[in-house]
Amino acid sequence: MARRRRPGRTLLGFFVGLALAYGLVALTGTWTPTLGLDLQGGTRITLIAQGNPSEDNLVEASEIIDQRVNGSGVSEAEVTTQGNQFVVVEIPGESPDNLRETVERQAQLRFRVVACTSADGRCGAATAPTAPTDPEASTSPGAGVTAPSKPGKTGKNDQQNGSNRPPVAFAEKDKNGQGATDEPTADPTDEPTDGASEPAQPDAEGGYGDPLTWMDAPDEASIQAFQDYQCPPAGDTALVEDDPDKPLVTCDDQGIKYLLSPALIEGTELAGADAGIPQSQFDWVVSLDFDSSGTSKFTEISRALYGTEKQFAIVLDGQVLSAPTMDAVITNGRAEISGNFTEQSATSLATSLKFGALPIAFEPDPPVETVGPSLAGNQLSAGLWAGGIGLLLVMVYCLFYYRGLGLVVIASLGVAAAATYAMVLLLSESANFTLSLPGIAGLIVAVGITADSFIVYFERMRDEMRDGKSMPVAVEAGWARARNTCLAADTVSLLAALVLYIFAAGVVKGFAFALGLSTLIDLVVFFWFTHPMVSWLARYKFFNGGHRLSGLSAETLGVDSIATARPARVGGRA
Amino acid sequence: MGRFSRLGNDLYNGRKSIDFVGRRWLWYALSGVIVVVAIAGLGVRGLDYGIEFTGGAEFRVSVAASEATQDTADELRQAVAGTGIDAASNPVVTTSGSEAILVQTEPLTSDESDQVSQILLDTTGAAAGDLSQTELGASWGERIAQRALIGLAVFLVLVVLFIWAYFREWKMSVAALVALAHDVLITVGVYSISGFEVTPATVTGVLTILGFSLYDTVVVFDKVRENTKHMRETHMSYAQAANLAVNQTLVRSINTSIVALIPVGAILYVSAVQLGSGNLQDLALALFVGMAAGAYSSIFIATPLLVHMKSGETEVQLAERRARAREKAKADRYAAVPSFSEGMAVTDDPEATPAPRATSDAEAPVAAPTARQPAAGKGRTAPASQRPVSRSGSSGRNQPSRSTKSKRGRR
Repeated sequence: MARRRRPGRTLLGFFVGLALAYGLVALTGTWTPTLGLDLQGGTRITLIAQGNPSEDNLVEASEIIDQRVNGSGVSEAEVTTQGNQFVVVEIPGESPDNLRETVERQAQLRFRVVACTSADGRCGAATAPTAPTDPEASTSPGAGVTAPSKPGKTGKNDQQNGSNRPPVAFAEKDKNGQGATDEPTADPTDEPTDGASEPAQPDAEGGYGDPLTWMDAPDEASIQAFQDYQCPPAGDTALVEDDPDKPLVTCDDQGIKYLLSPALIEGTELAGADAGIPQSQFDWVVSLDFDSSGTSKFTEISRALYGTEKQFAIVLDGQVLSAPTMDAVITNGRAEISGNFTEQSATSLATSLKFGALPIAFEPDPPVETVGPSLAGNQLSAGLWAGGIGLLLVMVYCLFYYRGLGLVVIASLGVAAAATYAMVLLLSESANFTLSLPGIAGLIVAVGITADSFIVYFERMRDEMRDGKSMPVAVEAGWARARNTCLAADTVSLLAALVLYIFAAGVVKGFAFALGLSTLIDLVVFFWFTHPMVSWLARYKFFNGGHRLSGLSAETLGVDSIATARPARVGGRA
Repeated sequence: MGRFSRLGNDLYNGRKSIDFVGRRWLWYALSGVIVVVAIAGLGVRGLDYGIEFTGGAEFRVSVAASEATQDTADELRQAVAGTGIDAASNPVVTTSGSEAILVQTEPLTSDESDQVSQILLDTTGAAAGDLSQTELGASWGERIAQRALIGLAVFLVLVVLFIWAYFREWKMSVAALVALAHDVLITVGVYSISGFEVTPATVTGVLTILGFSLYDTVVVFDKVRENTKHMRETHMSYAQAANLAVNQTLVRSINTSIVALIPVGAILYVSAVQLGSGNLQDLALALFVGMAAGAYSSIFIATPLLVHMKSGETEVQLAERRARAREKAKADRYAAVPSFSEGMAVTDDPEATPAPRATSDAEAPVAAPTARQPAAGKGRTAPASQRPVSRSGSSGRNQPSRSTKSKRGRR
């Protein structure tokens, strides 16, 4: 042996790692894995499409929803269309908070620039808001109507959201009481604008020219629409039609009214979205990554807005999420949405944005109900029993064939099982991993693939001993060869897992995850448990002396005699 | 066990050898027949796709609050499956909330749907107004399948590249792919012939096979590469080296197959024989057939095919010629030396009458060697070595060498 190995130390390290994993499990406090939809049932959300969507749109929506529910983890949720206006989402177990929102949110994200708001009053008439006419809103304290003192601040308000949210700021001209349902963007007219510097007129195609110049001088019709519009009570969603080519009048959840330019950047120009807490901040934000065209447009906006008090607005499904000013010229195509996010709401929004907008909108408040398991109760127990008996047979066979070494196989399988269980627990906590029947069967099958590593190794070792090496030498020589074989073979399995995980959806994704997990654990156990264990055992006379029950005796190897560990017999008899 | 171990040793040093590579046409023919049967089964019977792929009908029965239990659901499942309607043979039955049960079947004709409705009402005792029926879309729509297929294609391309890079041999990639196609075809064929329903569980099973088949082939090929790398020193032809590799990994292949198939077999037995139907059975069948085929194909298909493809290469042909020449030389070496037989006079004994040498031809008692065929014409016949002579990992050459010093250089 060229290198001095310390199998004891490696073994110790391995067990410390395993203990750490279980320590983490103890921290999360759950000791049973989340079972899949087929085994324990779950939550069923029936989304009802608004209007009369085409079948293609419905199917496309169900696929996007599928990505959303399965995208953040591997929960193996099921999404089906039903009839011609329902999308049924089934999620294993208790549905996490905000899930309904993640699922049904249309997620039309648009970036627009702000012409004026009810808070800054640049659009002439929008002065201090009068008392709300809405009886519900009028019960709220009137103090909050001043809304954010600095309109440019990143949409965050000093008040916490929720019950003590300031009441809605209504425009002065709230003659049409049902402003919330009005068409917010009136058609462009030829009316002369008031004293704004450079009145922007809708051009021949009905466009509005460059939104960045339009924002300084919005056309009259839009201002009129802005003044006619009335925000719904705070907390309710503003129901507006969000047409990217037209100016938009809408509100944020604080009840501040905005007049916004036509969309500058669309949600389709996003390359990614993530939730997180930026360094040196305390609030959750959703960070956005634009693709190349989005980046260049965003750079243009930030150049135009930098150094002014002008705002741009991030509009989601017609609702203003936040309306920050530009603090710097941003050229790297990264933006953040901040504003009263919790961890859950930020993650939920990021997930909705990541997988694109739904082509259709759904009725609010879809029915949510609990569903039972789809598999008969006896299937799970039968499967587990069968698997257990199968494993027992495997152990008996290993003991019978490998005798003493069989104990190493059994110990390795046991350790692999313990590691797998810990990982399943941790992942069901962090990645919504659920164990469905295919998953359980997959893990049982993984026994075969895991045991194969050991079999390859032991056979190599025995081959080396047949060549006349003593056991301690054969342990290392066999290892060097078996290691490469197993690495190559497991790479194939990992490739399969990785590619299927990236491309597949639903059950297959969960399966790929389980496959990758068991392959990785196989490698870890093989490298840091089985090999050091055998190296360690090789010090004992029972194994290196070729005891009858060690599985390495001359008789079980099928040779006349074996070389013992005595150095004097180097090159001894075969 | 002793005998199996002895076999292991004999297979390892080549004393015993099963001719996997030489009889390749036999294996090709065997697999060919099985694959043709599988394809024929697929063509004639087709595949029976489950609700997840085809969509279907969903019945919703409202029942009394206490009755929407798992037991009622199980009972309904039995009842619906018992109608004998093909499309309703494997219904999905779940409780929904505490007051309703959902029953999903494959698309039904209106007659069949009436029949199922009737059964549902009879079993639960609910009134006709408590039953509603809607149309159910496929949860495994075309686009999901399409994405899965793209993923599969990407995976196969990556695997081909990986095997090529690892073994430095594109022919190994091709052989592994052929073996893979063989396994998947057989599995799908058996599936179609057995008439089991194709569910997402089946897809999962087939994907597992994909991984397992390639895994197994890589393990065998690794040994093939190891053996053929030293072809020149061991004086073997490519075919011999590959065949030896397969023989050497045979024990491992048998053990692995046993260990992998036992649990799957147990699940298959329990689910198919004792439970009768369900997802478990679909998965277990796909796995059992596929894994067995995977183990078979890496030995009987992949390796012979590899040797077949390599046989045209110059290097391989040279090795083959060397191996043949060496066999001839080795066989001839002691051809004329009379071998010892019972009753033969021992010349070393001073007391005994010295037996005249080289008169054996005339005087019958010395028997010609029977076990060995004297090779054509020249020299003497070598006695079989008493000990295995094979390449040893530690010295990097053949050991132990029993020939005298003067003979060593001539090898």
